[in-house]
Amino acid sequence: MEQILQQLPEFFSPINIRMLVEAMGVTIALTFFGCGLGFLFAFFIVFARQTPGHWALPLRAAAIFYVEIFRRVPFLVTSYLVLFFIAAIIKNASLFAIALIAIFIYATAYTADIIRGGFESVPRTQIEAAQAMNFGRWRTLIHVIIPQSWPVILPPAMVFMVAFVKDTALVSQLGVFELAFRGRELNNHGFSGILVFTTIALLYFVISYPLTRFGQWLEKRLATPRSQKSQRKLR
Amino acid sequence: MPHLEVRNLSASYGDLKVLHGVDLSFEKGEVVALIGPSGSGKSTILRVLMGLTPCTGGELILDGQPIVPSSTASVRAARDKMAIVFQQYNLFQNMDVMRNVTIAPVKIKGRPRAEAEADAARILARVGLAEKSHAYPDELSGGQQQRVAIARALALRPEVLLLDEVTSALDPELVNEVLDTIRDLAKDGMTMLIVSHEMAFVREVASKVVMMDKGKVVEVGTPADIFDRPRSERAREFVGKILRH
Repeated sequence: MEQILQQLPEFFSPINIRMLVEAMGVTIALTFFGCGLGFLFAFFIVFARQTPGHWALPLRAAAIFYVEIFRRVPFLVTSYLVLFFIAAIIKNASLFAIALIAIFIYATAYTADIIRGGFESVPRTQIEAAQAMNFGRWRTLIHVIIPQSWPVILPPAMVFMVAFVKDTALVSQLGVFELAFRGRELNNHGFSGILVFTTIALLYFVISYPLTRFGQWLEKRLATPRSQKSQRKLR
Repeated sequence: MPHLEVRNLSASYGDLKVLHGVDLSFEKGEVVALIGPSGSGKSTILRVLMGLTPCTGGELILDGQPIVPSSTASVRAARDKMAIVFQQYNLFQNMDVMRNVTIAPVKIKGRPRAEAEADAARILARVGLAEKSHAYPDELSGGQQQRVAIARALALRPEVLLLDEVTSALDPELVNEVLDTIRDLAKDGMTMLIVSHEMAFVREVASKVVMMDKGKVVEVGTPADIFDRPRSERAREFVGKILRH
């Protein structure tokens, strides 16, 4: 304990604080861009998976294959796969970019199933009504399916993203300078593990708690007034 | 030339054959009622016409143009001329009444929004729901929702309106408000194909009644023919049963 108190001023030196803030930025950027872009791309994966017709068979197969493979492979393994594949093609590729791609791939596969579940929660009759009025697939998706499936998609998607703030720690294994990596580094420099990792833990909390609240706010905002009402009825 | 003609139509749900060679034709301005026991394939005819259920054989001719189920363009052209109202209304739950009625005219038919909204307001007034244009479907009663669904179909300015058991899901006291709306349309000369179990209503508004059973047309005639002097055994039996109620 005494040792920790002694180390405090030195640990919170401007240079360390700056480093930790930067590491936090990296963790946030990885989560936000990796999961965010992955989530967006997941819509296209689901759209591909649900394309009807014989000609679209390879498209459907590719979409299913992608989701089923990357959902089942541990994220750490995916990261190494991306690392070595990219290293084989591009020399000196940025580790941050590699981590971002790995997160993107994993988030796409994971949220695609969340989105598919949401789409499938929209009653068939709503889609038929749109078809009968000559809505194409895309318009049906934009005007009917997505607005009605938000309340089903958003909560688990936000849970995934908040959980993933923590899992970004795994890319420290690749050598990306995010929070967990910097934590280990500071610990190796002789700072007390308790001090270092308590701080790191707090910083993770600082990132994910507002994100959780943001998710709740978004859920309320995006859900139509009607579906909020029906959700209340369900409870 | 008939406005809509169905020749030797067959359809199935998986292995279950639901239509076995149905023939049907009607002129502009006619109100044709399809009657018959549940499962006789009445609704399937409407679904096939709208391209919601595939047919396995036969021909559909609308306005002299064949509807080719395998051709997206052909199905879209047919949908452009027809509108359907479903038993369960199927209003878009995420849109208010005004948007339900205007979305297809604006987004699909490309009409200016202001024009579509004025049109919608007029149609909603006609079905007696002028003041509900900002309500959401689940704030309305079943009868009101069904009238909005009719308004939504009318806003498409269809040549043929298909009504699929539009009162079957309604509480008895709400049936009349919907029937009044349809009666009003019939008076205006709207071409309609109606699937209904409301026999008194059919008798009143239909110009032609088509009696179906087990995927086939059993008898076609005026309401008086079918209800008062049915020729076939099956029609006599069916009419006898419903009139006893």
